[in-house]
Amino acid sequence: MLNKDFQLKIGLAEMLKGGVIMDVTNPDQAKIAEDAGAVAVMALERIPADIRADGGVARMSNPKMIKEIQKVVSIPVMAKCRIGHFAEAQVLQTLGIDFIDESEVLTPADEKNHIWKHDFKVPFVCGCRDIGEALRRIGEGAAMIRTKGEAGSGNIVEAVRHMRSVQGSIRHIQTLSDDELMAYAKNIGAPVDLVMYVKEHGKLPVPNFSAGGIATPADASLMMQLGAETNFVGSGIFKSEDPAARAKAIVLATTHFDDPDTVARASEGLKEAMPGLEMSAIPEEEQLNKRGW
Amino acid sequence: MNIGILALQGDYVKHARAVEKLGHTSICLKEADTLQKCDKLIIPGGESTAIIRLIEKLKLRPALLEFAAEHAVMGTCAGLILLSKIPGNLPFPSLGLIDIEVERNAYGRQIDSFIDTVQITLNGQEQDFEGVFIRAPKIKKYAETVEILGYHGTDVVMAQDKNILVCSFHPELTNDLRIHDFFISSVD
Repeated sequence: MLNKDFQLKIGLAEMLKGGVIMDVTNPDQAKIAEDAGAVAVMALERIPADIRADGGVARMSNPKMIKEIQKVVSIPVMAKCRIGHFAEAQVLQTLGIDFIDESEVLTPADEKNHIWKHDFKVPFVCGCRDIGEALRRIGEGAAMIRTKGEAGSGNIVEAVRHMRSVQGSIRHIQTLSDDELMAYAKNIGAPVDLVMYVKEHGKLPVPNFSAGGIATPADASLMMQLGAETNFVGSGIFKSEDPAARAKAIVLATTHFDDPDTVARASEGLKEAMPGLEMSAIPEEEQLNKRGW
Repeated sequence: MNIGILALQGDYVKHARAVEKLGHTSICLKEADTLQKCDKLIIPGGESTAIIRLIEKLKLRPALLEFAAEHAVMGTCAGLILLSKIPGNLPFPSLGLIDIEVERNAYGRQIDSFIDTVQITLNGQEQDFEGVFIRAPKIKKYAETVEILGYHGTDVVMAQDKNILVCSFHPELTNDLRIHDFFISSVD
């Protein structure tokens, strides 16, 4: 599976490690993100908290808006397409997007199939809740995996659940004997060669990032300590009262995730974080992390 | 030997693995104090704008310059940009330790990233190496003091000025340790 094209896609994900990728909806926000030290921006028309509030079908962003953002920043620009909507992905590839997020935050276009991502030259990132989902997406060609978390909730609990699940399963797979791997792969619905890779290397074949609910510097530190290699921050920055300061603080806390003094200093003086939602306040059918399989 | 790797952001773990495979000790560092334990330093690939902001924010510049005055430093991709004298559009001045002029993202966006054979010269021996170029920079100009060690076609992709070694591609993303070995054993 590690042919040159795939190596190249994973290579860009490697360059984004230890950083913060921020959701932005216009060129001004993109500049704020870059100036705060973001390693990439995710260009989308509405941040997840607003998608949740507005309802309706959420689709790929307008190419005009994506191009405007590409013009003002020198860091990589990512964008989202709907799950299974390979035509949106083709458009994003044509626009020169650096990474496509086949995302549950948008309304799925195909309830059965995800995009066959090996067909594309541009790398993809996909969300997961557990190791089976992660390895299925990698099998389809995703060059980066992120936890789904619960986008737009400002609540870290789902991201923690998903990261702990993936990391726990990686440890479990390493305890299996070779003759148990096929049955394990069958049970989690994952390609057996990828399960074998995890056993041999003790990690996913692609970088493993965190997303969905990060709102504070301490949230960023928590996810890094749980094994995330980079943090995506969506609504957490531009739904807060002080986006520029909060963006910088989350970058610093991600770099120094293992140093509580720095995380404390980064958190000092910040205004209110985004309000956040209890998971019990989000009806099951409205939970974004339940989309996709 | 103790090889420090600037671990503010980027693929520093890949460099650490290469150093360890060669039988040396890798030290991923985020603080100036840690530099005192290091014999040489690697500045990894990553996002040059994000790394230079952190260097400023954490006030690491004086310590890095002081270290480079007496020790060898290698930079790959973003590391090359940070070590160059004229780095293109960075938000803060680069470290200016090698007299080259750089164009960031010179090949284009991720879709234009590529893997191709480059010709490098290590200890006088010409050889091929698999060059992994990811949103890579180009060396547009270089001073006479700069020794050219690698080409991709006519593009200069690897260069050295005394104790400073730079390449625009990512040897750390391959399993080939020749460039790391050259840096550790022959660049002083």
